[in-house]
Amino acid sequence: MRYLLVEDNDQLARAVSDRLSLDGHVVDRAADLGTADAFVETGDYDLILLDIMLPDGDGRDFLQAHRRAQRPTPVIVLTARSEVSDRVGVLDLGADDYIVKPFDFAELEARCRAVLRRRSGGASNLQRFGDVAFDPLACTLRVGDREVQLRTRELRLFEILIGAPDQVFSKSKLVDRLFSHDADVTENAIEVYIGRLRRHLSGARAQIVTVRGLGYRLSLT
Amino acid sequence: MIAALSGPGSIRRRLIIQLLAGAALLALVVFVIVRGYARDLAAESQDNILAASVTAILDSVSVRDGALQLDIPYSAFSMLGNVSDDRVFYAVSHGPRFITGYEDLPVPVDPRTGAPQFGTAVYDGAEIRVATAARRLSVAGRPEVVAVSVAQTRDGLRQTLTRISRNVAGFGLGFFMLAAALGVFTARSATLPLRDLAVSVSRRGPEDLRPVEAPVPEEMTPLVGALNGFMGRLSAALSRSEDLIAEAAHRVRTPLATVRTQAEITLRRVDKPENREAVREMIRAIDESSRAAGQLLDHAMVSFRSEHLQSAEVGLDRLASDAADRLRPMADLRDIALELCPAAEPGLKVKGDAILLQSALLNLIDNAIKYAPPDSDVIVRVSREGAYGTVAVEDAGKGFPPEALGTLTTRFVRGSNTLGVVGSGLGLTIADEVARAHGGHLVLGNLDREGGGACARLHLPLL
Repeated sequence: MRYLLVEDNDQLARAVSDRLSLDGHVVDRAADLGTADAFVETGDYDLILLDIMLPDGDGRDFLQAHRRAQRPTPVIVLTARSEVSDRVGVLDLGADDYIVKPFDFAELEARCRAVLRRRSGGASNLQRFGDVAFDPLACTLRVGDREVQLRTRELRLFEILIGAPDQVFSKSKLVDRLFSHDADVTENAIEVYIGRLRRHLSGARAQIVTVRGLGYRLSLT
Repeated sequence: MIAALSGPGSIRRRLIIQLLAGAALLALVVFVIVRGYARDLAAESQDNILAASVTAILDSVSVRDGALQLDIPYSAFSMLGNVSDDRVFYAVSHGPRFITGYEDLPVPVDPRTGAPQFGTAVYDGAEIRVATAARRLSVAGRPEVVAVSVAQTRDGLRQTLTRISRNVAGFGLGFFMLAAALGVFTARSATLPLRDLAVSVSRRGPEDLRPVEAPVPEEMTPLVGALNGFMGRLSAALSRSEDLIAEAAHRVRTPLATVRTQAEITLRRVDKPENREAVREMIRAIDESSRAAGQLLDHAMVSFRSEHLQSAEVGLDRLASDAADRLRPMADLRDIALELCPAAEPGLKVKGDAILLQSALLNLIDNAIKYAPPDSDVIVRVSREGAYGTVAVEDAGKGFPPEALGTLTTRFVRGSNTLGVVGSGLGLTIADEVARAHGGHLVLGNLDREGGGACARLHLPLL
């Protein structure tokens, strides 16, 4: 996914873009509205994260112009506490969601995912591997002509595995990626989700293979 | 509070006592003056009669054939007799020679001619009033002085005085009673604005620091001015500390976000189990601080807004669905299904601040999502209970520890069974404060069903 982050706070911007890059997203960063306009005109973004208070203007003006130009890219507004009563107004101006600063990354990630899913509409973002088609936005996994709806954790686990087929992921790495904001999750919890994915994949050529002592990988059998 | 602070007397009591004392003094003075005046008047009238009697007797003294002749007219005594039952005495002397009457009647030694002289003496065991006058007559070419004294006991006068005193005392008592009643009434009406002010101030909520605007009498303006000034300073101090919390939370959380990202990146690179555990601990600690900062911020916002409560109509179904939509992405993260259960009777509305109410509900739902096991349901249920609308948040978690139900809404208090879940102990405090600011309350309990689960209910008075 390509993200445009419009945020003037250096530290926060770096933290957000680092975190999004971890999940394999591409992030362009604009520190003011002028740069943001230039980015939007040249690049094709999947999601814009927009701060309101910027050195050269109000993020809401950018939002309005964006909607007037009928650009389809969804926008999530980053608001500060003092703008608390403007939150609803931001939605009226055409934002897809808002998040109140300072925020948890888990929340940001979840909101981005929800907005992307909602905005994707019919447009599919299919990833294929062997006889398996995976649509992370629609949360579906298609095996042959059978379609399964994945729950969030299954989806995120499968996203990791299909992102690098044939690569072995250790249980602990998978736990880190999936449950880093959850408290007392043991590595055994992964087995539950691996088990569920295997049931969904039954009959397919793509299978999750246990590599003894090392972890799991997604391979064609 | 008012009873505890009542110090040296009350203004009303002091006012009443002073007014009563004044009225009593006035009544006493009136009594003394009127009685004295009446006594003087009565004594004067006795003196006048005595003088007339003396004059009548003196007038009847004549000189016939070179000798003094005295024929006391009946009227001279009858005019005294009709006043009362007083005894009458008289004495007539010619120079130093006693002629007739009561010889031992105490009379002035040297009576003057002209206007009668008056004196008071004791005679025959009774107080008497004596009038004495003298007349110069020419007897056989020689001037002779004839002196006449008439005396009367004062019993009648005393009786009259007693009667008058009784009447005047009655009048004085009546005057006192009337003045006392007026005094009590005056004191009450004078202190009424003070009491009104006290009532209007004490009826306020603990966080209502608006200036007092009720009209007060001129004399109380400085007091109200001082009160308003004090509340203004208090309010400014409060909002300064809220701003400080907000600023501090913001400043703390941004670098924490950076640290957390770095920690996550590190975690992906570290292989040794003990190092991984350390980094994971670090991430958890960062989350805890970050969340606490966020909730402090939220709490500051709630305190601030409850003070300036905005009133709008808020539909409970809409409130519940908005809050659920907002948190659904968070619920998805843990594979928790967030279900809405609207009221059987649509259109339930409460009056209040939509942002505050939403903040309260978000905290309750957020709690439920955090404490419920993955792959379970959280239900947001809207219903009506009499004059109250209820938004209940039910989960399938371990429930609230029953022994701590009363203390969970206290700041920074967390349940005993929250081990390992990131939290600040402010969420329920926020929900509780919002409910109370709207005249409602927050009820915590556990579900009486198989598997149990916690249930937090926001009760809000319906429109």
